[in-house]
Amino acid sequence: MRSKRFNNVAMGVLAWVVALLIFFPILWLLLTAFKTEQQAFTVVPNFFFSPTLESFKTALAQGSGYWHYAWNSVLTAVASTVIGLALAVPAAYAMAFYPNKRTDFLLVWMVSTKFIPAVGVLIPIYLVYSAVGLLDNALGLTLLFTAMNLPIIVWMVYSYFRDIPKDIVEAADIDGASIMQTLFKVVLPLALPGLASTGLLALILAWNESFWSITMTDHSAATLAVYIASFKSAEGLFWAKMSAASVLAIAPIIVLGWFTQRQMVRGLTFGAVK
Amino acid sequence: MAIVELKNVAKNYGSQTKGSSGNNAVDNFNLVTRDGEFVVLVGPSGCGKSTTMRMIAGLERNTEGEILIGGRDVSQVPPKERDIAMVFQSYALYPHMSVAENMAFSLRLKKRPAEEIKTKIDEAAQTLGIEPLLERKPRELSGGQRQRVALGRAIVRDPQVFLMDEPLSNLDAKLRVDMRAEIVKLHKRLNVTTFYVTHDQVEAMTMGERIVVMKDGRIQQIDTPINLYEFPANRFVAGFIGNPAMNFLRARHADGVVSGDGYGFTLDADHTQTMTSQRVADVWVGIRPEHLRLSDTVDTNRIEGRVEVVETLGAVTMVQLSVGEHFVFAQLPGHQKVAIGDTLTLTCDSDKLHLFDTDSELVIGRESMVQPSAAAEA
Repeated sequence: MRSKRFNNVAMGVLAWVVALLIFFPILWLLLTAFKTEQQAFTVVPNFFFSPTLESFKTALAQGSGYWHYAWNSVLTAVASTVIGLALAVPAAYAMAFYPNKRTDFLLVWMVSTKFIPAVGVLIPIYLVYSAVGLLDNALGLTLLFTAMNLPIIVWMVYSYFRDIPKDIVEAADIDGASIMQTLFKVVLPLALPGLASTGLLALILAWNESFWSITMTDHSAATLAVYIASFKSAEGLFWAKMSAASVLAIAPIIVLGWFTQRQMVRGLTFGAVK
Repeated sequence: MAIVELKNVAKNYGSQTKGSSGNNAVDNFNLVTRDGEFVVLVGPSGCGKSTTMRMIAGLERNTEGEILIGGRDVSQVPPKERDIAMVFQSYALYPHMSVAENMAFSLRLKKRPAEEIKTKIDEAAQTLGIEPLLERKPRELSGGQRQRVALGRAIVRDPQVFLMDEPLSNLDAKLRVDMRAEIVKLHKRLNVTTFYVTHDQVEAMTMGERIVVMKDGRIQQIDTPINLYEFPANRFVAGFIGNPAMNFLRARHADGVVSGDGYGFTLDADHTQTMTSQRVADVWVGIRPEHLRLSDTVDTNRIEGRVEVVETLGAVTMVQLSVGEHFVFAQLPGHQKVAIGDTLTLTCDSDKLHLFDTDSELVIGRESMVQPSAAAEA
């Protein structure tokens, strides 16, 4: 009895330690954002200071362009998610309800494209984008995000569709529904929670994306990732301002994630549990 | 209502190989129903009964032959244009729709007026006793209630053919017996041609006007329940139909007597003549447990064995005897006192014996008088 209790306490302590270790960078980011640049640069870690909103003021100042970058982030993340879902739903529908011998291979192949490091395809994509004028273009970035997330979206939507008993789709077929009617009146309503979590994940992945954002945009289509990176300027690092900018960049998505935790957990288990 | 005809229907899944019928999950399936007939497809799992039904539904395409519903070849017609309704084993209700919406779904797709839809739903709900449930979602219903809704969804459509794929398998035993009777009553009232798939021979016997017994994708016999019981066409049907199952004893034939270690039977004139003219030496003798009784005198038909198991069921007492290398089940009267270890001598009438060829396993003599095709035209 005693040892069981001790174990519980030990596990609790361990869990807290791990959680704090994971959370610490974010905490430090948050603290730094409320410091002055001088305080941010101190060698000895400084937990107690009088907080200032100076860095936030700078980050949000007229010339900083925060709202411009934020708008690009929202636009590209939302648009790529919507396009991704629109493409993934028919693909997943076909694979889930009319599978053939190659369906499994196709799924693995699609996900395997995620194994290629992004740098590996940077040059060809850059050249193509340059040729067709999609560099530093919101549409160009949206298409990249869509392509980047599509395998994951297809895979997830597929697994949610697979959770729907085939009998129900067949019943709709016999009841006289066309494929479109079956999709919109039966399958999509049933898969809605799954679609929501899939969309959410796609949104977060697109929002947090930095490699393509930084390399393929300059200013007009640049997202918050580019904005954060811009604080690493030629004059040196501005820790406090960069932290404030980062906080502003991740805040919307963290708030969104916080309110949709349950959906997210469901989504990340890939529909394995009902 | 319609006559359904299946002509040389076969289903080939391509590379898959299955059973003794080679590549064909269903092979050479021929059947003509009467208008409004209740046909049961029965057989062990994997026998092709569900595949046959799914081909009638159009959920699978027949790779050979023709399927006619009301005289129209529907082999290439998608399910929604076949004018059929299907009840699934899983019920397959739309989980996000209320009971009323589930039943209205097909009618709404056909853009029927709201008045008509409401009338039909109310009628069906009344027939099935589910009026109080109309606004509920499927997850709020019990298995039996879901089953009724699934039936309701089928009957509001006034289809030409009902297809029921093991509709009672997910219900508990008591409910299954009740629903069995209800489906039969429903069929009598609506008089729609119905195909009913089950693996349960009791369900088949109690519900079917005609029963199609299948095994390995092939029809074994098509007949009325009583004919299947009295005149099984082969050893498989004999063993499959009837509960408890028929006993089979390997025996040698000589001069109108078939016998083996611990048993011997004198054949009647018909059997003797067939056996002699066909020069059959070895046979399977089939005897139903309910046709065996205790023998005190020295009968010419006899089975002698040691009692291994006694099951007292009240109305009857089931006894398992070891007879030579065989086990024989006998259904004796409930008051019969039998103890394990006793040696019993049983007998049965010669006209209750079934004989089967040891190679082809086909019945020898005593075939059903009613031909399946004749029954269809009657």
